[in-house]
Amino acid sequence: MDALVNKRIKRVMKGDQDAFAEIVELYQHQLFQICYRMLGNRHEAEDIAQEAFTRAYVNIHTFDQNRKFSTWLYRIATNLCIDRIRKKKPDYHLDAEVKGTEGLNMYSKIANDEELPEEELMRMEVQERVQYEISRLPDKYRAAIVLKYIEELPLAEISEILDLPLGTVKTRIHRGREALRKQLSNL
Amino acid sequence: MMNACPEKVIRMMDDYLDGEISPSEEKELKESLENCSDCRKIYQELTKTIAFVQSASHVQAPPDFVQKTMAGLPKESQRVGIKRFMRHHPLMIAAALFVLLMSAAMMSSFSDDQQFSFTKQENLVVEGQTVVVPEGQTVVGDLTIRNGDLRVDGELEGDVTIVNGQYMASSGVINGEIEEIDQAFEWLWYTIKGTFQDAVSFFGGNDQSIDE
Repeated sequence: MDALVNKRIKRVMKGDQDAFAEIVELYQHQLFQICYRMLGNRHEAEDIAQEAFTRAYVNIHTFDQNRKFSTWLYRIATNLCIDRIRKKKPDYHLDAEVKGTEGLNMYSKIANDEELPEEELMRMEVQERVQYEISRLPDKYRAAIVLKYIEELPLAEISEILDLPLGTVKTRIHRGREALRKQLSNL
Repeated sequence: MMNACPEKVIRMMDDYLDGEISPSEEKELKESLENCSDCRKIYQELTKTIAFVQSASHVQAPPDFVQKTMAGLPKESQRVGIKRFMRHHPLMIAAALFVLLMSAAMMSSFSDDQQFSFTKQENLVVEGQTVVVPEGQTVVGDLTIRNGDLRVDGELEGDVTIVNGQYMASSGVINGEIEEIDQAFEWLWYTIKGTFQDAVSFFGGNDQSIDE
């Protein structure tokens, strides 16, 4: 698989657009999935996934072929998603709360501001509800949770995608998981 | 604030869910879960949460995604490609540039002469784009015709060069060589040959004058 992808990338580097179409074909669903789970909206997900592919194409010569292409591509996509989320709503308190153990409490407060009424939550389908709760997570935890539980990537790869030490990735997954547990406890 | 359960149990739970727990701690965790209903509840909720998240149906990109993405690729990336090529093959670019400029110069001298023209000699008659040596007449001297044809009904004493035209079969007589040049390439070759011959005769002439 990797050898196959690298062969295509070499062709893309030589200016072969058809080879890039094959790469898009290969990764489109996974990339779209990441964006969709991060953003919670098909239209935006399509927009960002396309943007991610375009950036990969334009910057293909900066890709180090000794590394895994999907890691590089997912990194572009998650960064774009996080940028988009931050532009939509400035999450002021979140930076301060990452280090402290009281963090979950802090952002639950913020999340509460936009929480849907109980009866509306109850009417949601399970799938819909899960997506809703994921989209309530702060972007940092959201990226880690999506890559771990929806893309089912190994922790080492997630750490490379998010450009974070392994320990930080674990912490984010633990916190994200704990937050989701609380949010979904009435399901 | 997390809960009443010991922090160590929570940490072991996390390690277990990450798939990174040692066998001895796994045993310890199991015992804790058996003995503490709060710990058990948290553990069950966590595994349920993970199952829910994992069960989120896998969405697919829209059917026209590839086509749309490809259509959206910037066009200037081609320019980037050319730049990169130039960086990697400077000699090739220099050679290509040389050939391009040379041929452009020659082509332009070729296409500058798209108009009908011919060497003026006595007794020649012109019918439209055709130069005619009339019957019963004799034309003396070399003849060059561009973008026109030649018909000889009388007699021609000299060489003929026809560029982009043709010598039409006729009843007259030509005492000399006939050369027809139809294509740009041949015109190029003719020009080069001419230049070369000029150069040779220039040096040759020089030699002679030295000898004398």
